[in-house]
Amino acid sequence: MRLTHPRCKVRELPALRTFTSARRTSWSRWIHERHSSTSTPESKVPKMPTWESIAESQLPPPTKVSPDLVDKLERLALVDFGSKEGVDCLEKAIRFADQLHVVNTDGVEPMDSVLEDRALYLRADAVTEGECAEELLTLAKNTIEEYFVAPPGNIPLPQREESPAHSEL
Amino acid sequence: MVGVVGLEVHAQIQSRSKLFSGSHVKFMAPPNSLVSHFDASLPGTLPAGYQITQQRLPIAVDGTLVYCQFEGRKRNQVLTRSVRIKQIQLEQDSGKSLHDDERSQTLIDLNRAGVGLMELVMEPDMCCGEEAAAAIRELQLILQALGTCQANMAEGQLRVDANVSVHRPGDPLGVRTEVKNINSVRHLAKAIDYEIQRQMEVLQSGGTVLNETRSFDSRSGFMPEPNLPPLYVYESDACVPADVDPAQVVVIDRIRAQVPELPPARRLRLVETYGILLEHSFTLVNEDGLMNYFESVVQMTKAEPRKVIGWVMKELMGNLNLQGMKVAQSPISPHALAELINLVESGHVSSSAAKQVFQEMWKVPEKKARQIVKELDLGMINDRKELWRICQGVVERYPEEVQIIRAGNMKVLNKLMGEVQRETKGRTDPVQVRAILEDMTL
Repeated sequence: MRLTHPRCKVRELPALRTFTSARRTSWSRWIHERHSSTSTPESKVPKMPTWESIAESQLPPPTKVSPDLVDKLERLALVDFGSKEGVDCLEKAIRFADQLHVVNTDGVEPMDSVLEDRALYLRADAVTEGECAEELLTLAKNTIEEYFVAPPGNIPLPQREESPAHSEL
Repeated sequence: MVGVVGLEVHAQIQSRSKLFSGSHVKFMAPPNSLVSHFDASLPGTLPAGYQITQQRLPIAVDGTLVYCQFEGRKRNQVLTRSVRIKQIQLEQDSGKSLHDDERSQTLIDLNRAGVGLMELVMEPDMCCGEEAAAAIRELQLILQALGTCQANMAEGQLRVDANVSVHRPGDPLGVRTEVKNINSVRHLAKAIDYEIQRQMEVLQSGGTVLNETRSFDSRSGFMPEPNLPPLYVYESDACVPADVDPAQVVVIDRIRAQVPELPPARRLRLVETYGILLEHSFTLVNEDGLMNYFESVVQMTKAEPRKVIGWVMKELMGNLNLQGMKVAQSPISPHALAELINLVESGHVSSSAAKQVFQEMWKVPEKKARQIVKELDLGMINDRKELWRICQGVVERYPEEVQIIRAGNMKVLNKLMGEVQRETKGRTDPVQVRAILEDMTL
């Protein structure tokens, strides 16, 4: 698995409310398009998301990410977390995931997907989207002509001789 | 020491839209024009582009690819070989990045991101570049016949990575290295053979082979894909549950009924129907459009298919190869070639003169065979008196050869026949000329 823009991903996760409602908008539009372009009898996607708030007191103590662990993660993923801010984002993401501890899983078989009782279905091989490069590119921080611009693939990481993470690589 | 070669193939699935989005799949389009929000992993939630490796079972396992290889001095000995296919997986293609070292940045085009890929993992059952190339060539033909992949390596629709190692037979396999980014079957063979040679030299000089690729090995790690529900496959339409839309499921019987004639069956049919050599059936199937060309000519002429195959293999393919052209670009249509062959069959033109006519037709495609025969005076000399007169002249000019023939060395008769052919620009029937010359000398 390659994480392409983890910093961006990490930063968005704690903002659960805004991102969920944004997704809801895009889902309902997608449902609408399916109805108009194909004969799909009904959407496989739930119409409304559901959630409930978890009180901070219900969660285990927050996880602190040590500099050595950050170093190891950076080397494994070839991604630079960069700053204190990046590490804060990571800790917030872990905190967000801590909510899963509250879910009661007694008597539930472990599964990889909550969609295991559903079936994958085939759609028609038809072109229904795309041709929106301009719109997509305006969302990016850096572009050149019609390309997205990203940092060079392998970020040269400073050698940390004393780091145990280094020798494991 | 011997080489050991395994292959990992990524074949781009031929479809109008991407695997999980309705974006267009097209080669050579403006950057990022074939991208939906989903393909760009917006709104920033899905780590797009990672491999959709099947969590429970690959799409297929334990397969075999049977392919043929040509050996011998004339490369006409057909050897049938096979390579085991460990598994076929479904994957998504990633975006394409262009590295700008000068300004230390990467330009990203997501047109390819999300296009469906078939990943085929072949066991290390091959021993050299030529075997790997023959296996890939056969795979290309099968995928093209099925219409599931265009399989053009230069356009990246078929990407082949080779795992290469060397060892002494009976010993455990050696350390393997990867040969990647190859854009043609011919280069694949060369790159593999070069790597085998290099490893052998390293080991023979007391060194060790190092595996330099540290990339993630997709075969060892199975990443569960929580966004995909399980895929159910039904044996027949009768097995599909009533509440499921039959158009939205995979039914094996339905697919089986759509499978077209595959290359091995096609070759066998050509050999059996037309009585041609197996090696010729390979060329007919390998060259795009050649089988149709051949079958059209056979239908339009009275000549034996075995004679037609000669024209197609020698004259047509010879000229096409010389000029680097494809069958579809041939200036001589199947109909025009059939007309020429019919002139030979009806005795209007000898087969050697017809070859000159063919070359002329190639240069001036608008002229018909019959017209060229007339203009260049290449028609067969069927007048027995004239043939007699020409042979008489040759016999008089070569008295020594005639003596040798009379002494019993019939081989020398061929020299006299050659003279007659030269004098008449190949416009005579060799059987007739031989009979006349035998009459005169013996």
